[in-house]
Amino acid sequence: MLDNNKQPVIGLFVTCLADLYRPEVVFASIKLLEAAGCRVEVPQGQTCCGQPAFNTGDFSNTADIARLTITALEGYEYVVGPSGSCIGMLHHYPELFQPEDPWHARAQALKARAFEITSFLVDVLQFSNIKSQFKGQVTYHDSCSGLRELGIKQQPRALLAQIEGVELTEMEESETCCGFGGTFCVKYADISNRMVGNKTENVAKTGASTLLGGDLGCLLNMAGKLQREGKDVQVRHIVEVLADELSYPALGESAYHLGKSL
Amino acid sequence: MQITSPQFKENARIALTDVGLQKALGNVKNGFPQKRANAVKRLPEFDQLRDQGRDLKNHIIANLDIYLEEFEANVIKNGGHVHWCRTSEDARQTILKICQDKGAKTVTKGKSMVTEEINLNEYLEANGITPVETDLGEYILQLRGEHPSHIIAPAIHLNLEDVSETFHAHHHKPKSMDPAVLMQEAREELRARFVAADVGITGANFLVAETGSSIIVTNEGNGDLTQTLPKTHIVVTSIEKVVPTLEDMTLFLRLLARSATGQEFTVYNTLSTGPKRPEDQDGPEDYHVVLVDNGRSDMVGGELQEMLRCIRCAACMNHCPVYGSIGGHSYGWVYPGPMGSVLTPQMIGIEKAALLPNASTFCGKCESVCPVHIPLPKLMRHWRKNEFERHLTPKAARWGIKTWAFFAKRPTLYRLLSQTSNRMLRLLGGKKGRIHKLPVVSGWTDHREMPAPSSKTFMQQWNEKQKAGH
Ligand code: SF4
Repeated sequence: MLDNNKQPVIGLFVTCLADLYRPEVVFASIKLLEAAGCRVEVPQGQTCCGQPAFNTGDFSNTADIARLTITALEGYEYVVGPSGSCIGMLHHYPELFQPEDPWHARAQALKARAFEITSFLVDVLQFSNIKSQFKGQVTYHDSCSGLRELGIKQQPRALLAQIEGVELTEMEESETCCGFGGTFCVKYADISNRMVGNKTENVAKTGASTLLGGDLGCLLNMAGKLQREGKDVQVRHIVEVLADELSYPALGESAYHLGKSL
Repeated sequence: MQITSPQFKENARIALTDVGLQKALGNVKNGFPQKRANAVKRLPEFDQLRDQGRDLKNHIIANLDIYLEEFEANVIKNGGHVHWCRTSEDARQTILKICQDKGAKTVTKGKSMVTEEINLNEYLEANGITPVETDLGEYILQLRGEHPSHIIAPAIHLNLEDVSETFHAHHHKPKSMDPAVLMQEAREELRARFVAADVGITGANFLVAETGSSIIVTNEGNGDLTQTLPKTHIVVTSIEKVVPTLEDMTLFLRLLARSATGQEFTVYNTLSTGPKRPEDQDGPEDYHVVLVDNGRSDMVGGELQEMLRCIRCAACMNHCPVYGSIGGHSYGWVYPGPMGSVLTPQMIGIEKAALLPNASTFCGKCESVCPVHIPLPKLMRHWRKNEFERHLTPKAARWGIKTWAFFAKRPTLYRLLSQTSNRMLRLLGGKKGRIHKLPVVSGWTDHREMPAPSSKTFMQQWNEKQKAGH
């Protein structure tokens, strides 16, 4: 539990996909953090966590991007982001530097302060004041990096359990990869397609009208597949539901009827 | 065996549409992982054993030479022979020579992935010696002229109908779909072969330094007959299999059975300690151990060292969603799945195996079930790095990542890039809010819609708000 008299200052790690595809996820994160008594700042020096370069084997560019990110996020008590995958990448930074390199210690320090949002709300803030009007049957996909690198499993469920209108139906194999894998889904399109097809089948079997998760990469992948298959399931990032930010359409749904312009 | 790893993508594409294979793969997914999970649940200290297994293996690898020499000394003391083979070719020649010295015509074989690795069967056949596989799965594959698609369940890619047809064609008996009948047929065929064999070749799950013993674990008992009936027993195995003591061996047996098949213990655990002694009722007159290196000692002290901890339990492939989609043959060489994607490049060269370490989403499931905590994603990433440094990464991907990184290192430019992409994608998404076809990422849109961004980039909106004094 945090010291009640002190307002923690959060450096928000926006993450590229949320910045590009789903700004509402970032606004919802800010809303939640503020509701939990934090002050949120958006460090301007940040870009991407560097994962695309890291997983392509370009360690030299990854280290450059890591230095940039470490610098941008220094000075904040906590760094929080709406993605297990990107925060997991920040946790990989110490591997990029030799132990005697000063950057190694700085990377370690960032790792110790960097949290995925649901785990920050539950594990660090012990926040239990979620207020959302959301109503419906949902199912939850455990994204791989969050689950296995950061141990995120019960945190999102603990938060959802605070919303009266949420009925959670677990899908089979909720811990199995959806087949996104960054560039994997394009480089190994056929295999990825099979994996996401298995996933949407499991989603559909629950009968849930909304699929939630904590990582936009996976969510875009599953939303795109559900839509291509004509399965009527809305896909949202969990923070949208937690923050009651539901006034705009779910992923890949039409904004037209809401009268929004481009 | 013909290497088809460079055609991994084509192999995978074909595998994905192979109805029989897909049915068989469904059995892997629904079988092994559940059994393992149940076995783990029944043993609360399982995770502690995994840590012990990892630590012990690390100790062994750091002292590999010492334990191997101790093992050798004890084998010799027991009256056996040890042959050190640096390459597959050395190993093949050594084994052939032993067989020829015995005037062998047929050899029976227990299941051994190392003999697959060194391509032993084809070599023996080319030299006039008939190898007979005695493990049921391997026997089926031999009749069909196929190679294993899995390291502990070699014929897992087949269905009962396939086996039934194969036996019908080779055994000239009425066709049966009863597994018990098929098993009996195989037994009858093999009994005669066991007795006629001049040499028995087995692998080894572990080598025990303190006693000079080798051990094989099987669920069929075929290995026992393979190593006790013929006059000569050759153990073909690799150097990282050595463990210091019998007690250490039992630690790994406990980890292995649970991780592999979800058993508490494998049915047959058979130790061989040298040739038959005067007071023994049975056993071989000659006992040879062929120790294959084949690139392993190069891994000691390097970035792949942790891979040497592998005890070949197959948990990583049993739990791998990529393996589960395409099966083992797609990987194009002996070792499939995550462990293969690390080992194969080391053994056949990264040039040929370049696609394997990339064929992973890094979901991390493999590492989470590995009984000796091998960080398989990290090791696959090591190969990606190696490929990138040696310019083996496809040009387009290389150029793409470098261009992207140029922007990612410059926040202001990166923002502009994001804004431009955001606007373009929103335009393409139009009223529908999603894109049906986008040729530059056809890998995505061939199979799914691409959701369009819901509004301007976050950074744009945030900074506008800040300016407005919000
Ligand atoms: S890498 Fe680990 S899980 Fe895979 S076969 Fe080896 S020991 Fe088993």
